[in-house]
Amino acid sequence: MNRQLRHLSVLALVLLAVLIVSTTYWQTWAVGDLADRQDNAISLVQRLTVDRGTILAADGTVLATSRAERRHGLTIFTRRYPQRGLAAQVVGYATDAGTTTGLEQSLDDYLTGANTNLSGTLQRTLDTLGGQTVHGDNVILTLRPAVQALALRELAGRCGAVVALDAKTGAIYAMASSPTYDPNLIEEPNGYAKILRIKGTCGDASALVNNATAGLYTPGSTFKLVTASAALDSGRFTPSSTFYDPGYCIEYGRPIYNASAPDSPGGHETFGEVTLAEGLEHSINSVFCNVGKAIGAGAILDYAKRYGFYSLPPVDLPPSASQASGLYRYAHGRYQLWWPSDPATQVDPGRLAFGQERMQVTPLQMALVAATIAHGGLEPKPYLVQRIVAPDGSTVSSTRPQTLGRVIKAQTARELNQMMQLVVEGGTGTAAQIPGVAVAGKTGTAETNVPNVYNAWFVCFAPANDPRYVVAVVVEKQPNGFGGSVSAPIAKAILEQLLRR
Amino acid sequence: MALLAVGLLTAIGFATVYIALHAQLSGGSLGYAAFFFCLYLAAHLVARRTVPLADPYLLPLAALLSAIGLTEIYRLGPGSAFRQGLWIVIGVAAFAAALVWLHADYRILERYKYVFGLSAILLLFLPLAPGIGESINGSRLWIHFGPLQFQPGELGKIALIVFLAAYLREKREVLAQGRLKDWGPLLLIWGGAMLVLLVTDDLGSALLYYGIFLAMLYVATARISFVAAALGLFLAGSYAVTQATPHVRERIQNWLSPWSAHKVYCPLSGTHTYRQDCQSYQLVQSLYSLGHGGFGGTGLGHGIFTSTAGQQVIPDLNTDFIYSALAQELGLIGAAALLLLYMAFVLRGFRIALAASDGFSKLLAAGLSFGFAFQTFVIVGGITRVIPLTGITLPFVSYGGSSILANFLLVAGLLLISHRANRSEAGA
Repeated sequence: MNRQLRHLSVLALVLLAVLIVSTTYWQTWAVGDLADRQDNAISLVQRLTVDRGTILAADGTVLATSRAERRHGLTIFTRRYPQRGLAAQVVGYATDAGTTTGLEQSLDDYLTGANTNLSGTLQRTLDTLGGQTVHGDNVILTLRPAVQALALRELAGRCGAVVALDAKTGAIYAMASSPTYDPNLIEEPNGYAKILRIKGTCGDASALVNNATAGLYTPGSTFKLVTASAALDSGRFTPSSTFYDPGYCIEYGRPIYNASAPDSPGGHETFGEVTLAEGLEHSINSVFCNVGKAIGAGAILDYAKRYGFYSLPPVDLPPSASQASGLYRYAHGRYQLWWPSDPATQVDPGRLAFGQERMQVTPLQMALVAATIAHGGLEPKPYLVQRIVAPDGSTVSSTRPQTLGRVIKAQTARELNQMMQLVVEGGTGTAAQIPGVAVAGKTGTAETNVPNVYNAWFVCFAPANDPRYVVAVVVEKQPNGFGGSVSAPIAKAILEQLLRR
Repeated sequence: MALLAVGLLTAIGFATVYIALHAQLSGGSLGYAAFFFCLYLAAHLVARRTVPLADPYLLPLAALLSAIGLTEIYRLGPGSAFRQGLWIVIGVAAFAAALVWLHADYRILERYKYVFGLSAILLLFLPLAPGIGESINGSRLWIHFGPLQFQPGELGKIALIVFLAAYLREKREVLAQGRLKDWGPLLLIWGGAMLVLLVTDDLGSALLYYGIFLAMLYVATARISFVAAALGLFLAGSYAVTQATPHVRERIQNWLSPWSAHKVYCPLSGTHTYRQDCQSYQLVQSLYSLGHGGFGGTGLGHGIFTSTAGQQVIPDLNTDFIYSALAQELGLIGAAALLLLYMAFVLRGFRIALAASDGFSKLLAAGLSFGFAFQTFVIVGGITRVIPLTGITLPFVSYGGSSILANFLLVAGLLLISHRANRSEAGA
């Protein structure tokens, strides 16, 4: 019988060895997959027992914080947003069930203390083993609450967005999206449904969407900055290149008219002999239409790409909270970003040149175009997170300003700066004038699919001679509302607030 | 001495849990350790007096396993730990009684083989009896003795092994020739046991009994063809059972795909939901428990077993699922160490079987050792998704009086065989 006994003992040991292998699988290889599962009740509890880090504005105003609570013998932490809707779309929210959006999502690893250096890891492991609460890192943003609040006040519930950033460093001082919502509602009964019911004055906005980074708008005349960049950089045009404006531009055998003239109902503005600079100053469509025809849609799109169109702006938000700017076309049941394979035949260069065609942009992208011009042709890298601080006060990471590279020649940037000053001095953007400060700006009044209802744009920077602040404003669906009349005053108010410091 | 080490480990374990739960050390936690050290010392002294030549490792291994179990049960609920402690006292007493009663010659058991066979079936039938039987988790496995609940199937397992050892020893030659007449009682007893198990819905025990039966049959007859035939019979039978009972089909489904991508019918609530939120909830949360423990574990007392609503995340945590609690708190290191202890125990058991001089002893030791290993495999394999999950206790570690009692009797049996084998070797 001993032979059988040996066989049987081997079988018994093999069976037990299989258990070691299977346990090893679940406790090593599968750990990540298991932890990520939505129905994991243990991860859920663990997440709630972590003291999630605080998110602070630049001046220390608390935007998101955790509140400790004893529940069934466990200390759990729930999220509070003391400033309510002030920066709701930027900060996002973190629910008890583990759903995160905005910075709460992209900075989750820091806020929960999962992502840290060696000594931090050691401290956290000791905390865990000792049963101590794990504290996440605190995050200090570049946002200035006063500017942010002013932007929301100025938007006054109208759908739209304001982006204000530092012309040299790319630090974002304000990123306001309207309509906004109170993230504290999320955990309340029916709170999410309440948020979904919030409508701006435009009617169909979602308060959850960050219009500054994910709102796509027709840029209208603000896009002339991109066309002018391509034209001036090519060397074929200078600010004093002359054009004859009959009030329209002929494309494909048909006239495309300038904006309607305020003093002649039914007629259109006609300027006659003008320079390129005057074309920008008065936002003359026919001038840019002819520039577009001369340099071609391909050249304009190439410059758009150099400015960062066709990719997500490298800001600290999660990819899902951003949209890329560029041409969009309807395909497979939805609008999709489209890079034409042959722009010369597929894209209308005249209409593209003054920001119509199928061009869609985000306010952040247009702010970056203005910032590049302000910064001498070098595009600053935008950022929201200034510093990440460990619970013990030590700095985990600190953002050093970076540039995304040269987009246009320094000479071109200087010329565009001058031309944009003319816009504010005596062109379409006079509403943005600030006594004693040279402001450079560009208006945009983009057609919507409703006649005489426009998306009103203004992008600008100041002081123009040594730019410090860049502001982009868009207000959606304004009946007879122009960039110069609706958005320029908002931009002015924000620049004044920033310059007052 | 091994027992001292076990006593020390127990003390450290209890102190750790106590500190983790109450943030202080108290005499109470150490009192537990001291009491159990004394208890095992007494058991050891009884063993020294009655079976001095027996294997010296089995009792310390059993003590260590039960101490690990008791520590984790205490961590999960001090009330259960007290009752478990009582059962360990009863188990040790039964262990000592068995040694005192049988140390002269345990082979008298052979004479009562049919008594054992019948009592195995009777013990299995007991929960079905009106009045004392009780249904827990859909299976009628429990009986009541006043305040104590008891799962007689665990003792039935020991009785069945004794019967099989005696019967197979007697008939092994004729069985090997394949005479149908001699298979009668064997098939009858086994068939009866299977029937009762299917009626009581206790799939885990059915699997365990069948495994033990096959193993002992192979040892006795050396006919792999019998094993193959019986295995085929089992597969065919289980296929029929799968078709017939939704209970079993459900378990197979939970095993193959515990996470459903679409909502499926949930018989517990009568609604449609994801399988992981219904039928396979317990298995899936137990896997999360393993995953949360990871390599190093959370440390004793720091595991997460309670939801924020105050409910226990995994039902039956201290009985069927104690392995997932231990694996979370002790990590892969602890779980692997625990499994190595089981391996050591099983190895010692088979050494005893090999050293034994007579057929009955060999078969008995093999049955007890393999049963011990296979029971561990059925429950831990179920928890780690190697096989379909069936509710059964983890020997010595799970909360449960009958399991503790049966396993202490199992150790007593192995020590008796070991002592006799070593005595005849020394005498020869």
